[in-house]
Amino acid sequence: MRTDDAGTGAPRSSPGRDDRRRDRLALASANVPFRVKVALVWAAIFAVLAFLFWAASFDNGWIREHIGFIGRGLTFTLLMAAFGIILAVVLALVGALGRLSRNPVAYGLSGFYTSFFRGTPLIVQLFLFYLAMPRTAQNLFDKFPNFLPTSFDDFFTWSAFQVGILVLGLNYGAYMTEIFRAGIQSVSHGQSEAADALGMTYRQKMRRVMLPQALRVVIPPTGNEFIAMMKDTALVSVLGQSIESMELFRRAQLLGNADVRPTEALVTAAALYWALTAVFTFFQSRLERRVSRGYVRTVAGGPKDRERGKVIVTGAGGNDQGRASGSVPDAPEEALEVGGHAHGAALPTVPQKPPEDPP
Amino acid sequence: MTLTGGEAVVRVENLHKSFGDLEVLKGIDMEVDRGEVVVIFGRSGSGKSTLLRCINFLEEPTVGTIEVAGQRIEGGHRIRSKRDQIRQLRMHCGMVFQQFNLFPHMTALGNVMEGPVTVKGLDEDRARRLAVEVLERVGLADKVEEYPIRLSGGQQQRVAIARALAMEPDVMLFDEPTSALDPELIGEVLGVMKALAMEMHITMMVVTHEMGFAREVASRMAFFHEGRILEEGTPDQIFNDTRFPETRTFLKAVL
Repeated sequence: MRTDDAGTGAPRSSPGRDDRRRDRLALASANVPFRVKVALVWAAIFAVLAFLFWAASFDNGWIREHIGFIGRGLTFTLLMAAFGIILAVVLALVGALGRLSRNPVAYGLSGFYTSFFRGTPLIVQLFLFYLAMPRTAQNLFDKFPNFLPTSFDDFFTWSAFQVGILVLGLNYGAYMTEIFRAGIQSVSHGQSEAADALGMTYRQKMRRVMLPQALRVVIPPTGNEFIAMMKDTALVSVLGQSIESMELFRRAQLLGNADVRPTEALVTAAALYWALTAVFTFFQSRLERRVSRGYVRTVAGGPKDRERGKVIVTGAGGNDQGRASGSVPDAPEEALEVGGHAHGAALPTVPQKPPEDPP
Repeated sequence: MTLTGGEAVVRVENLHKSFGDLEVLKGIDMEVDRGEVVVIFGRSGSGKSTLLRCINFLEEPTVGTIEVAGQRIEGGHRIRSKRDQIRQLRMHCGMVFQQFNLFPHMTALGNVMEGPVTVKGLDEDRARRLAVEVLERVGLADKVEEYPIRLSGGQQQRVAIARALAMEPDVMLFDEPTSALDPELIGEVLGVMKALAMEMHITMMVVTHEMGFAREVASRMAFFHEGRILEEGTPDQIFNDTRFPETRTFLKAVL
């Protein structure tokens, strides 16, 4: 609680009405919950924005009329991101096992994969697979028509939607390889030895011991990647899509340009992307709390403590500011670090509010 | 696991182990008969733990031969065919670690069932019955459904013992099983180990500094010094009758 430093600091010239009023204000403010204050800040920002749009004579009618059409692009945005993240997770898992392997082929392949897809821009990769891949296939087919099946070049000619999934999956998979590798490495060596000592095969050890534990570390950042990928689907619009499979941004662009309402269209697109990510950020934080169950020592004590047993254990004190700013909650990751070498280590059991989701 | 006596369960021949330039084991020969409890002791860095870890190939022996329950494996480079042999051998060795190394994402029961189900392919019902029985034996019948994080160090280590025991191994390897425990929890773990030795006649190799346990339970003691076994004998010979000043100095320090 913030109060004036009267009495502790240097002698002041007029310890009068002003100070007392400030004290009263501080006291009143202290009674308002932090969340309410943050909500007020958000409301103020939105009010300012609304005023600006009104002052700039925004065409709200146009937005109302066309938000449905633009919004239907969300389906393709979501589908692309969903398939993309599935592909990325599979690639990241294989890539991570490759990076941790002592087999030179596996290590080399995964090294090449991550190096290339992390080393080139996403947009370049999109064009490579959309334009260069079918052309290469065509040329190969022209050169070796006898050796290649007849539909060889068709097979490598993909729609923008398909290329979007493929390239997003490949690109994000490369980054997530590092996440998965770190996740597997975060499982203590003792776990691996305990599995070995039981006589497990490599597969059994990975499936039963290492990956379930790595998953906890990997899920939060994977959720982040998915949210990021939903926004990167907008890049696929540069490939130009057919009318029936246009994702959100492409629709906004075309429609806004056609009706000479580019600002309205862009603001609508931004708002829709934002709403989408807000929803998923909410689900992600719930998922995070779920996966950290069983690693959290419930607070011994009364029934109330038990109820709050799902509460995340973390050594760090709350940083409400950081959380309210809309960043993804970081508390579970801190808890994970503790959980990583859980055995025997005394865990600080500081009950903490579950991380809140940004509005 | 019956007491037959005279039959070597573990045979270590000419075992050398180097980590880079550092030779930790400089030629170990050792036999452990069925039902024997061998306590291995000595200063830290003398190679005690490395010996245990070489026996179940958590460390690859540089030179030498390991034989457990008839499964005989030469040290040296690991090749594909050897991998299966090593797995076979490991199924005959139960290992208990200093840091417990329980699987934190499984309950006590899950930890104990894991080996029989995943490695031996036992069906879940039988494995569960077996696991409950073993957990009862280590005095944790009431903690079956708890996750390791909710258990004390002593309880965790007893679950770890149960986990190893559920594989019905021919020999149990204990690598400083009480070193990570608070003093008041050491007794319960040693008590369980004593019961395994006295009542079930389980063959054990125990690296420990607990000389009281050694005196009471060990059938034989081996003193490690600078990568070699300096002296072997019954507890009585070691405690009362050692010829070696090194052993005497060490015992004086830990007793």
